[in-house]
Amino acid sequence: MDRSAGGKADVMNPLRTPLANEALQTSSLNIVVTIGVGLREIWAHKFRSLLTMLGIILGVSSLVAMSALVKGREKAEKEALIAIGGLAEVRIEAQELPVEQQSSKDQAVGITINDVYALAASAPLVTRLSPEMRVPATVSANGKTFRPPFCSGVWPVALEMNEHVVQYGRMFNEIDDELARSVCVIGTETRDQLWGKPEEVGQEIIPVGETMFINGQPFTIIGMFQHYESEQERKQHALEKLEEQRHGKKPIGTTRNRGWGGRSGGWAFWIKNATIYMPLNTAWMKYRSGVSRVATSNTGAGPSGATGDPRLSALVVRVADAEQLGTALQQIRNVLMCTHRGLEDFAFRTQEDWAEGIATFVRNLRLSGGVIAGISLLVGGIGIMNIMLASISERVREIGIRKSIGATTGDIFVQILVESLVIAMLGGLAGLVASWGLLQLITWFSPTDNAPIMSLSAMALAFSFSLLVGVLAGLFPAFKASRLNPIQALRYD
Amino acid sequence: MALVELRSVSKVYHLGGEEIRALDGVTLDIEEGEFISIIGPSGSGKSTLMHILGCLDSPSHGTIKLDGVMIQDASPRQLAAIRNRKIGFVFQFFNLLPKLNVVQNVELPMIYSGVSGRERRQRAQQSLEAVELANRSKHRPSQLSGGQQQRVAIARALVNSPRIIFADEPTGNLDSHTGEAILALFRKLSAEGRTIVLVTHDPEIAAVTPRRIEIRDGRIADKVDAELAGLHRPAQAAAAPGT
Repeated sequence: MDRSAGGKADVMNPLRTPLANEALQTSSLNIVVTIGVGLREIWAHKFRSLLTMLGIILGVSSLVAMSALVKGREKAEKEALIAIGGLAEVRIEAQELPVEQQSSKDQAVGITINDVYALAASAPLVTRLSPEMRVPATVSANGKTFRPPFCSGVWPVALEMNEHVVQYGRMFNEIDDELARSVCVIGTETRDQLWGKPEEVGQEIIPVGETMFINGQPFTIIGMFQHYESEQERKQHALEKLEEQRHGKKPIGTTRNRGWGGRSGGWAFWIKNATIYMPLNTAWMKYRSGVSRVATSNTGAGPSGATGDPRLSALVVRVADAEQLGTALQQIRNVLMCTHRGLEDFAFRTQEDWAEGIATFVRNLRLSGGVIAGISLLVGGIGIMNIMLASISERVREIGIRKSIGATTGDIFVQILVESLVIAMLGGLAGLVASWGLLQLITWFSPTDNAPIMSLSAMALAFSFSLLVGVLAGLFPAFKASRLNPIQALRYD
Repeated sequence: MALVELRSVSKVYHLGGEEIRALDGVTLDIEEGEFISIIGPSGSGKSTLMHILGCLDSPSHGTIKLDGVMIQDASPRQLAAIRNRKIGFVFQFFNLLPKLNVVQNVELPMIYSGVSGRERRQRAQQSLEAVELANRSKHRPSQLSGGQQQRVAIARALVNSPRIIFADEPTGNLDSHTGEAILALFRKLSAEGRTIVLVTHDPEIAAVTPRRIEIRDGRIADKVDAELAGLHRPAQAAAAPGT
């Protein structure tokens, strides 16, 4: 002891320094040690701490999982939107004249091929023009008949316009159009209807080169698009294939058709698959009297069936930039008002509404999910505060001891706050792990649904919220503990 | 200059409008290296005196100088720093933290004075050696006997090399045999030159210290003792460590 006392004399020297200096020195309470104390306290009450953390775990995991699901859904919706052309695509369709122009009804010509050339020449923001002449068609081949929703005469540019990809054969070209050849390109749905689905027939039939009758006129199929499907369908198919491999046979009996509209965005892909394209001139020559000039039947755009009627069902244009959609529409309008001699017999259709719908839907989903997660985080915070209050009234004596051997008010405050924070932090981390598990579970239960997308920002947000809750929940107990009078605390039994 | 100088220190509590004088004009000097006992029946004010001496409480009136620093007006933060570095406490109920093992308990004061981990362990071990408990450093307080627990508490009081040690009824919770061993330990520490203040109600325990102060009704009671405790210290100071 003499030895140690001698050694300590050096350590004691700072004690001779002025008081203020010493007070400053005490502030160097090691935060690592404090966190260690907090962890030990949590470890000493494992079950109680776990229950306390559960609120935070649930809050964080629901927040992260919710955001991942919403993100997955949003992506699927956007994919569907892009499949039908995206925001930069505008359809120009014929429309009934406004009331004040009804007197000039007989002069309203609708959209004609002239408009296409005029727009190409005078609307610089329009990058692509795809005129469309829709033919109400009944197609037949292989002894079967099918009424496609979408059979049109188009320019070859429609391929890019509508994001079609020809997988087999070729798209018709300008020469086919010029010569008005009887050729067409079909989608997989038409093939499925006339020749059967690959899954049912057992092999994939590629009807390129076959003859198909459209309204009784023979056409040569020169190409077939690839099969378009949403992420969900893709997964569904992959799953079916997997099941097939596992069981070695296909399910027996009739399979129930769940309809193409069953899932969100599915119809967009179905329509795309059922498309039949033929050259515009072919449609004009062969069906000019039967061309449906308007998409809607309630218009009266003049007598139909006139020979050489150049009227189009619709004109699809793509603008250079979706951001400049408004300006582009104004340009188109100016040109068309000129060619139509001031008669406003046309209307624009954009995907803006749908895009806005997606945004609103996602916002609502996010809001409701956020509120639920926020409430469970709040409940978790209340749980932490409750347990911290119980803990400090259990540890009044400990706090008294700590104060008597030199812990300052601030030291005790920090200790309790850190304990609360550590509980919240562990809860937050466990919540992140739990959310990952939760999403795995969801994916496992319904593998065909939109894959949830876990984003780093959502995880960071949820985690920092849990820390915030930990701090807020710890403030009051920490304040209460730090204000304990050491004399009374030591007397407390 | 004495280590502790109390000048007419009073402590007044207000309880339901009534004024209670726990301490009434106490003047007292404690020299460095002294072994002194403060005795008095319960309610006499000796605990209040110890709390004020130990910087757990501040006086209502009067001045205290500890180790050359006036502390009656110190902030709670400064008082905490003084408790941490200059004062060691030993309590009747040991007051060890049950969740920490022996060495962690002894390290505790150094945590609040920001001593690095390695030095903490080393000094805690030295301190435990001084109370002959170095071989129990990994035990929990609950695994030790009362006497051992009190020795751990003493080791904790010693670890920051305080200027003065306060022991509040250190033998009050021990059987007489163990109590004597603890008193012997205090005597040994005193012989090493440490300043120790023993607070007790038991005259027999007080008898071990060369100097005794009796507190009654908030005043230093025994005139003779008070004079003995008084301001002519050179002889006392020299004699105290020798006994």
